[in-house]
Amino acid sequence: MTQKITINLNGADVTAEVEPRLLLVHFIREVANLTGTHIGCDTTSCGACSVVLDGKAVKSCTLFAVQADGRRIMTVEGLVTGGQLHPIQEGFHEKHGLQCGFCTPGMMMTSYAFLQNHAHASEEEIRWAISGNLCRCTGYVNIVEAIKYADAKLHAPAAGGA
Amino acid sequence: MIPAEFQYATPPTIPEAIALLQAHQDAKILSGGQSLIPALKLRLATPPLLVDISRIAGLTTLSEAGGWLHIGALVREADLEESPLVRSRYPLLHDTSHVVADPLVRNLATIAGNLAHADPANDHPATMLAYRAEVVATGPSGARVIAVDSFFTGLFATALAHDEILTEVRVPAPMAGSGGAYLKLERKVGDFATAGVAAQLNLDAAGRVQQIGIGLTNVGPMAIRARRSEDVLRGQSPSDALIAQAAALAQEDCDPTADLRGSADYKRNMVRILTMRALHKALERARA
Ligand SMILES: Cc1cc2nc3c(=O)[nH]c(=O)nc-3n(C[C@H](O)[C@H](O)[C@H](O)COP(=O)(O)OP(=O)(O)OC[C@H]3O[C@@H](n4cnc5c(N)ncnc54)[C@H](O)[C@@H]3O)c2cc1C
Ligand code: FES
Ligand code: FES
Repeated sequence: MTQKITINLNGADVTAEVEPRLLLVHFIREVANLTGTHIGCDTTSCGACSVVLDGKAVKSCTLFAVQADGRRIMTVEGLVTGGQLHPIQEGFHEKHGLQCGFCTPGMMMTSYAFLQNHAHASEEEIRWAISGNLCRCTGYVNIVEAIKYADAKLHAPAAGGA
Repeated sequence: MIPAEFQYATPPTIPEAIALLQAHQDAKILSGGQSLIPALKLRLATPPLLVDISRIAGLTTLSEAGGWLHIGALVREADLEESPLVRSRYPLLHDTSHVVADPLVRNLATIAGNLAHADPANDHPATMLAYRAEVVATGPSGARVIAVDSFFTGLFATALAHDEILTEVRVPAPMAGSGGAYLKLERKVGDFATAGVAAQLNLDAAGRVQQIGIGLTNVGPMAIRARRSEDVLRGQSPSDALIAQAAALAQEDCDPTADLRGSADYKRNMVRILTMRALHKALERARA
């Protein structure tokens, strides 16, 4: 039996008839056709499927789409505004924060949510924040640099301030 | 991995949720989903109906009143981790939430669900034993209070009836001279404990241990209260020798099995070391 749900995905409402057992990650990839969100482990371990649900990073392979009915989801496709890369994307580009790129969308969404309520984070805080996201390529050093870059850019003191 | 088919309901109130549970004997409560959904995906559980309680209003309380910290059923690990009240007055609880799973799981996983799931590998059961916490179970005939000591009845088993919802967890507010700590040995972030130890105590004006609770994680079919270790210290001025004796008793009284995380002997030994360290840290905090 299907159920009609509406999820606000990157600012636009997506309505569909879905089975309750449809996982959010499959809703995002196969119903909304946004394939930036990846499926890695499918067992809540790797974080490749991380998306932001009402401001908090969660693993979309461990949430049903029906649970997100009426709520706001942001995926990696929602980071760009007006053709302008988000500072977190810029950071991964500038600091070479990726190699194969498989973990990158999840890494960016977790970092995005973290930087919404943390400014001038320490290296330890950053590493703790991304501890649910695995990367098999980079060794994390440049990912941390990328997040620091975005942190600095997002939380720069207002220009011309005293 | 795709779960078996099920129906899904989001009752807006507790009585409506209870009515659904009564009408469907095989239904399961869904809360944060961070234990249940993995089990559904593996088809370890195939309930015909999920009763999602996460849209019920009034279950997100996290506040002190009447000598208790009240933790509503929908309070998540991240809420405890970020709460200044928990950080300053309930260090054992703060420690525990900080090491449950990983930050993304903690954004969804609830404390009530952690207890209701009764996985011996979960971290909150030992902590709640150390605190002498209580849970409130709400069923068809109202609410009843269950002491945590009688809440866990076995592997993945609790005193909750099928049609009861764990609506609140209550932790006693700290007395003067209190301190607590949770130490967990894990292979990596997001892993369950190889062994974990929760310690909570308070010192009287003369520096003697007045109340003490010690709980052990993942070294038995359910969380274990290390009663003999507690008895050694209660009423005493805590010396290194007494702490070592308490730790040695915890090593004897746990009941671990060998798995990929280590042999039973290794785990027993880790229980001893962690008990010692948790007690020292709890004392340090009690004296601060
Ligand atoms: C990758 C991963 C790592 C993890 N690591 C740890 C760890 O290190 N330590 C740890 O402690 N936990 C760990 N967990 C488990 C996680 O903390 C659990 O999700 C949490 O303990 C359960 O809470 P929940 O709200 O998600 O419950 P759900 O998954 O929704 O439910 C779990 C069970 O409890 C029942 N239930 C839930 N809420 C209630 C209620 N209010 N009343 C009655 N019954 C209820 C459900 O019916 C179900 O049987 C991990 C989970 C994952 C996926
Ligand atoms: S695919 Fe979701 S955590 Fe790995
Ligand atoms: S860049 Fe390959 S997994 Fe992270």
